[in-house]
Amino acid sequence: MKPYVPLAALLTLAVATACAPQSSSNSASGKDEKSGTVRVWLFQEVGNAPKQKVVDAVVADFRKAHAGTKVSVEYIPVETRAQRVKAAFNDPASAPDIMEFGNTDTAGYVHDGGLLDITKEFAAWNEAKSTDPTARQSVTVDGKVYGAPYYVGVRALYYRTDVFKELGLKPPATLAELATTARAIHAARPGMYGLAVGGAYTYGAMPFIWANGGDLATGKDGSYASAIDSAAARKGIKEYTSLFGAANCPAAKCAGMGGNDTVTAFAGGKAGMAIGGDFSHAAVEAGSVGGKYAVVPLPGVEKGTIAPAFAGGNNIGVLKSTRHRTLAVDLMERLAGKKTQAELFDAMGFLPTFTDVRDQAATRQPFVKPFVATLAAGAKFVPASPAWSQIDSSLVLPTMFQEIVSGKKSVDAASQSAATRMNDAFGSAG
Amino acid sequence: MTPVTEAAEPGAAAVPGVPAHAPAPAPRTGRAGRGGVGRAPGWTPWLYLAPALAVLGALLVYPVYQLGLISFFRYTQAQVSGGEPTVFRGFGNYADVFSDGQFWQVLLATVLFAAACVLGTLAVGCALAVLLTRVRAVPRLALMLAALGAWATPAVTGSTVWLFLFDPDFGPVNRLLGLGDHSWTYGRYSAFLLVLLEVVWSSFPFVMVTVYAGIRAVPAEVLEAAALDGASQWRTWRSVLAPMLRPILTVVTIQSVIWDFKVFTQIYVMTNGGGIAGQNMVLNVYAYQQAFASSEYGLGSAIGVIMLLLLLAVTLLYLRLLRRQGEEL
Repeated sequence: MKPYVPLAALLTLAVATACAPQSSSNSASGKDEKSGTVRVWLFQEVGNAPKQKVVDAVVADFRKAHAGTKVSVEYIPVETRAQRVKAAFNDPASAPDIMEFGNTDTAGYVHDGGLLDITKEFAAWNEAKSTDPTARQSVTVDGKVYGAPYYVGVRALYYRTDVFKELGLKPPATLAELATTARAIHAARPGMYGLAVGGAYTYGAMPFIWANGGDLATGKDGSYASAIDSAAARKGIKEYTSLFGAANCPAAKCAGMGGNDTVTAFAGGKAGMAIGGDFSHAAVEAGSVGGKYAVVPLPGVEKGTIAPAFAGGNNIGVLKSTRHRTLAVDLMERLAGKKTQAELFDAMGFLPTFTDVRDQAATRQPFVKPFVATLAAGAKFVPASPAWSQIDSSLVLPTMFQEIVSGKKSVDAASQSAATRMNDAFGSAG
Repeated sequence: MTPVTEAAEPGAAAVPGVPAHAPAPAPRTGRAGRGGVGRAPGWTPWLYLAPALAVLGALLVYPVYQLGLISFFRYTQAQVSGGEPTVFRGFGNYADVFSDGQFWQVLLATVLFAAACVLGTLAVGCALAVLLTRVRAVPRLALMLAALGAWATPAVTGSTVWLFLFDPDFGPVNRLLGLGDHSWTYGRYSAFLLVLLEVVWSSFPFVMVTVYAGIRAVPAEVLEAAALDGASQWRTWRSVLAPMLRPILTVVTIQSVIWDFKVFTQIYVMTNGGGIAGQNMVLNVYAYQQAFASSEYGLGSAIGVIMLLLLLAVTLLYLRLLRRQGEEL
């Protein structure tokens, strides 16, 4: 036992004299140098070269405007972005001045103390006036602005034109029609899902909740309460989960599917319809159904309405630890400005966040029209709370859908336990 | 040994002569003079062990200390990056874990699943090890290579391949068994069974190779004697090989318990992060989703400490059990 005595003493001493676990002092640097190197992190996309070309041109213009500055742009892989960003927050010395991030991460990064409040600069930025309200919401936390929207991604209904023609079907005009159409396709083509749905496809299910007047959570600016167990939300959940089953998409296969799985099924000719994003367009076009499909906005409950879609996408923000505040904000505005967004759309297909730029884009590329129409009808966003990342990573909503779909719980019981878990998260993250 | 003991006598006899309040220094100096060969060694062995202890301390004690320390704090990404002050929570993180009903369900599932995996791995490993000693060189080589191949396969790759084999649409297993598009991952038990098969497949080679080496070291006369006595295969294993291999079996059992209790990759990949509605969650996946994926390091550390204590308890209990049976390790 002898060795443990000094060891225990050492431990006691360490606990007593020390010492909370380490924290970095990630306060604002307060500096505003007008020269030096501005470091930028952007996401590495599949087929990144066109993006890089657009960005290089922006950087060249920026350097012309600010003599004596350098810009280093690094493209970071999307898969490991979470670790990179955490590391950047922990060690301000190796952090960039500007970075691109997923818009659902905004509230979490603000909570972590990583992003710079640029409310004033954003208000003074002339181009920001035509920013789409949902996109503005995605950079806003507690009424303050923490970045500029970079592009949006939104989902709509893909359907097989050849199958619809053979079966004499028309694109559904309401959510109820969507269900009957899906069943009709599966009945006529048993090897196909009518509408490919997934128990883990949260962003595909949200429009059903929103279209029925429900919401994920109510309240704003930090004090959220779950609304997933409200009557309206339950109606939407029921509408979505009723699409699982032998008549459309068997639970044994579809309960575990995520968004990518449904799009893959559609692209491979295994589904008559699917809910896919503008960003899925290339994958579908390259699949075996290329040229044999069309896209319409996902219909709402009433005829002629559009179900509110989730407005995904990315933002660009300035880090709190930057030592080049003015320069960094200027470069951010150039990177997320109208001209750049229009060029990025042509190069990469990223949907612009400015309404006027987006409309012009739709005339150049007609395939984005249904997506632009969906955004124009009003898209929605997840609660701007740091708790959202916790709710997301602990799979609260997929678990709820899967419990219902697999018959383990009723809609009421499953939505109630999901609401409890969401409220726990909102409560603890504050 | 006798001379040493005799030599130690004067030193031991000297103890009563020393004043009662200071018994320690006398034996120590006495022993140091004889190169530390006495009955109760002093500091000299520790001096020799110091380098190893320093390495162990840096690699083991310090991380565990940090883990324990963090588990008492509210420590999320916001605290790490300085967005919020670090708050001492006492046992708050532990209370959170223990009051979560899902934790207990997951713990039970993990214990049962790990137990099944350990039994499966040991049974398959030992059976094939015995088989290895009974077959000729060529089939032995083939079996060895196949096992080493399974062993060398990364867990992610192995899981993906197994998943493909059992795929409802394209998998050869369903076609072979004529099961149509039966989904193996939909039901709770069939999904656990699928993962169990993969875990056993990827971990039996270690048991097999180790036990095979142990069997080769058993003197041939003993086995011959058993054969002459007319012992059956099973009887030879139970009454001759297993007792002689006990130290090896102990090690592989503890290793398997630890590995299978900590299984993560297989569950995460094959059941898509815990199965339909989290039905196939095990403790490590639970910890990942509850804590690390959302940067709740304090909570995650608390789960880590709980796992550490559980594994320690299981291991100690097992060793104790063996001691009681009068076996030296």
